[in-house]
Amino acid sequence: MATVELRFSALPEHVRTARLVAAAVARRAGVDEAVLDEVRLAVGEACSRAVGLHQAGGISAPVKVLLIEEEKQFSIEVGDEAPHAVPGNADSAGGSGGGDAEIEEDQMGLAVISGLVDDVEVSAGKHGGSIRMRWPTTPPPAVID
Amino acid sequence: MDLSLSTETMGDRTIVRVGGEIDVYTAPKLREQLVELVNDGSFHLVVDMEGVDFLDSTGLGVLVGGLKRVRAHEGSLRLVCNQERILKIFRITGLTKVFPIHTSVEEAVAATD
Repeated sequence: MATVELRFSALPEHVRTARLVAAAVARRAGVDEAVLDEVRLAVGEACSRAVGLHQAGGISAPVKVLLIEEEKQFSIEVGDEAPHAVPGNADSAGGSGGGDAEIEEDQMGLAVISGLVDDVEVSAGKHGGSIRMRWPTTPPPAVID
Repeated sequence: MDLSLSTETMGDRTIVRVGGEIDVYTAPKLREQLVELVNDGSFHLVVDMEGVDFLDSTGLGVLVGGLKRVRAHEGSLRLVCNQERILKIFRITGLTKVFPIHTSVEEAVAATD
């Protein structure tokens, strides 16, 4: 079970909330302070992408964020319910359409995530997709009874 | 924290001071500001990002869009940024090669291509 699960309407104004919650849970889980900025940014990118996919597809379902504290690692999974198709139906020869700009932005978001996070899995299917990111955690100092 | 924007003219340069968080929610406001400036004939922009606490790829997209617009008028878009966490995003995406990034507004204003 996820340590914290967050669902929010696919609206840009809620992405900041998701960033703040993710950073707070990551800090509590023992993710290094120096990495928290990266966690915040990566979660924001993944949530922005999911919001964009839901809005573009007219999907009313919420975006789902799972924050999972495990032994020696902390995982975040951002799930969307957008049916993923290969972005090949847009005019690739044009270069001036709004669709191209959206794809560019989507690619830039993924580029930022993969540049920030060493352990990342992006999956996509007919019923939705997810981005799963993992960070190592520092165990708290041993407590002697 | 929300986004704050203010502009100031220095010679033929327009300084856009940005503060707060530039993300998927606030980036459209920055886009509107840049579009308005270009439409009003300001083609040499300096975006001062010293007050920016957070920047994501949506914000980067807006800056790239601004650069495209000023270049269409043979203009320029320079950034002022000293914050490592913000600079890192430009490095990851390779945009340090696209934007001239300066350490102060004075340096950006004095710079020529």
